[in-house]
Amino acid sequence: MSALNIKKGSSSHSAYELRDPNGELIESHTLAVVVDNESGVLARVIGLFSGRGYNIDSLTVAEVDHEGHLSRITVVTRGTPQVIAQIKAQLDRLVPVHEVHDLTAEGPSVQRELALFKVSGKGEARIEALRLAEIFRANVVDSTLESFVFEMTGTPEKIDAFADLMRPLGLREIARTGVAALSRGA
Amino acid sequence: MQQMTGARMVVQALKDQGVEVVFGYPGGAVLPIYDEIFQQNDIRHILVRHEQGAVHMAEGYARSTGKPGVALVTSGPGATNAVTGLTDALMDSIPIIVISGQVPTFMIGTDGFQEADTVGITRPCTKMNWLVKDTAKLSETIHQAFHVATKGRPGPVLVDIPKDVQFATALYTPREQAKTSHYQPRVRGDEAQIAKLVDLIETAERPLFYTGGGVINSGRAASALLRELVAETDFPITSTLMGLGSYPASGKNWLGMLGMHGLYEANLSMHGCDVMINIGARFDDRITGRIKDFSPHSKKVHIDIDPSSINKVVRVDVGIVGDVTLVLEEVLRQWRARGSKTNRAALPKWWAQITQWRAVKCLTYKNSSTVIKPQHALERLEALTKGMDRYITTEVGQHQMWAAQFLGFEDPNRWMTSGGLGTMGYGLPASIGVQVAHPDALVINVAGEASWLMNMQEMGTAMQFRAPVKQFILNNERLGMVRQWQELLHGERYSSSWSESLPDFVKLAEAFGCKGIRIDDPADLDEAIKEMLAYNGPVIFDCRVEKHENCFPMIPSGKPHNEMLLGDADTQGVIEAKGAVLV
Repeated sequence: MSALNIKKGSSSHSAYELRDPNGELIESHTLAVVVDNESGVLARVIGLFSGRGYNIDSLTVAEVDHEGHLSRITVVTRGTPQVIAQIKAQLDRLVPVHEVHDLTAEGPSVQRELALFKVSGKGEARIEALRLAEIFRANVVDSTLESFVFEMTGTPEKIDAFADLMRPLGLREIARTGVAALSRGA
Repeated sequence: MQQMTGARMVVQALKDQGVEVVFGYPGGAVLPIYDEIFQQNDIRHILVRHEQGAVHMAEGYARSTGKPGVALVTSGPGATNAVTGLTDALMDSIPIIVISGQVPTFMIGTDGFQEADTVGITRPCTKMNWLVKDTAKLSETIHQAFHVATKGRPGPVLVDIPKDVQFATALYTPREQAKTSHYQPRVRGDEAQIAKLVDLIETAERPLFYTGGGVINSGRAASALLRELVAETDFPITSTLMGLGSYPASGKNWLGMLGMHGLYEANLSMHGCDVMINIGARFDDRITGRIKDFSPHSKKVHIDIDPSSINKVVRVDVGIVGDVTLVLEEVLRQWRARGSKTNRAALPKWWAQITQWRAVKCLTYKNSSTVIKPQHALERLEALTKGMDRYITTEVGQHQMWAAQFLGFEDPNRWMTSGGLGTMGYGLPASIGVQVAHPDALVINVAGEASWLMNMQEMGTAMQFRAPVKQFILNNERLGMVRQWQELLHGERYSSSWSESLPDFVKLAEAFGCKGIRIDDPADLDEAIKEMLAYNGPVIFDCRVEKHENCFPMIPSGKPHNEMLLGDADTQGVIEAKGAVLV
């Protein structure tokens, strides 16, 4: 019998062909999941993603209703429309999950992420970094003679763009919160 | 409301939930609960020999009664031993509640003696689990656990209780006052979607009902409604391994089980139908074979209580989320109100086709007068126990498939087998759980010798609690299904599939204090089975069968339904490299 030559992580070797590789495009979706704020709930949600082989591009979680003990998890994930539908259904059947919203599918939404950038340098590079920070409306939250810490809020794309510009100017570290998102309108 | 210790709350909450029996094993972290069990007589405790056995017994109890099963285990190894049973119950949607002890709250995280992160370990194999750190929340949590285990798609839950929480005192929350509002799954099917199903019932030329464990889980009313629907439409019906008994095997529309080792007529009907009505089944890979070629010309309807089951592996044309009983009620109501119409012109042609497929007689095997064929042993068991108040459990492997093919089930809750997880070692403890629930019934575990050895210590439990379970072991001294696959797709290299150094099962029975019977001559089969049935106590029945019998029909991995194998002559080079990676 010939060697099977299975590539790690690929599903194309499966005769069941659960996921049609050339059928549909991979989409990125932002999901908002309202859950009981209890120990183990985040682990159950994350375990669902790892256990079933779904992607997590970004994850944010914090309590949003102290009285009701509710937390909101914002998760950015990728997959074909069939996989996205399955992720939502799987999340929705978890006992501690109250609501699942697909902000990408349910209409326009606002997405914001907060990031901190540590940039160090001297002379022209330092002045250029400060000038670009002003253009991007980043705040200086810490400064020494040889460094700045910038704080910026924006879409993930804006944060990526700023990081690309800072890299040649002495970018040392980035801390990002992940995406928080709400639907637009009332 | 009443003040009481956490340990007493556990027993009180179980009583409030109507629990009659608990399967368990004591240990340091559950001693306060065992002390409470000792001081009352309402709840019976069955002492098992291994915690895996306790969970399978709870499953057997649950599946044969429709009520949730309860297991009680200690911390650390007690809880980790329960993991296989929990996973089994999750895969087959069986409602069970496992209560585990835990080290005291102040020791959690210190690597204490018999400490394990039980809720962490069991999170992916439970529908929900809880670590209760406050006695004031304990009774409400147990009531919620029963609610979650039994509502919606049933499943296993676990409540982990640290020892100090069992000793501390708080107010008891009665069942009616426990908050269960947030978990209320949808049970009523959408009427507009059901109307689309009724349209299809009225016009289908080649319809087929494909039913599964969801019909059994929905309760006896679901099976009764299904029988009405089948009788009135006169459509053919097949079922998964999990759904056997929801429609009677003696019914005239019955095609037999479908799937990898399903009947020819059932699988070809799946392949050829133009309307497939899936009721409480989940398009498991044992059923579908190659997805791309699965029932290519049919409109598919899927009734399931779990929204995530719909469109998970097979895209369907009509998805109906709801409880099978309520959905079938509505289907019958709408269809009857519209005049109970079917496509009477086309149906006879479809039945004529099915009759041709049936004529293939796919379960035919070559019998022998010198060696017992496993199929023959099961045919005789069926003939000699037909009409009795009979429950069947199985282990996992060839014998399981032969049992599904050769035994007939007339009613739901009579057939307990590990379908999704395929757990060897399931059948013996499950048979004890069934017998505990039905003390006067005939309970037979159809087993292979290899599976049976995995939990054979539970014969001690059967003896102690006088559970007269019959262990019908088809002994081929092989891991039969492994051997079959090695023959068909690994060049007949029988790597570690030979059961060497087997015990003498008759002496083993004597050592446990029960009856042992061994036969190897087909001429003795009937008398030996009668002897087993007549014995008032557990029996280990060592039926020496043909060692190299293969289980047919078989759809090789990665093949569609219409490429099934009917016998040994068909098997040359059938499984391609692509199929060999599949299990």
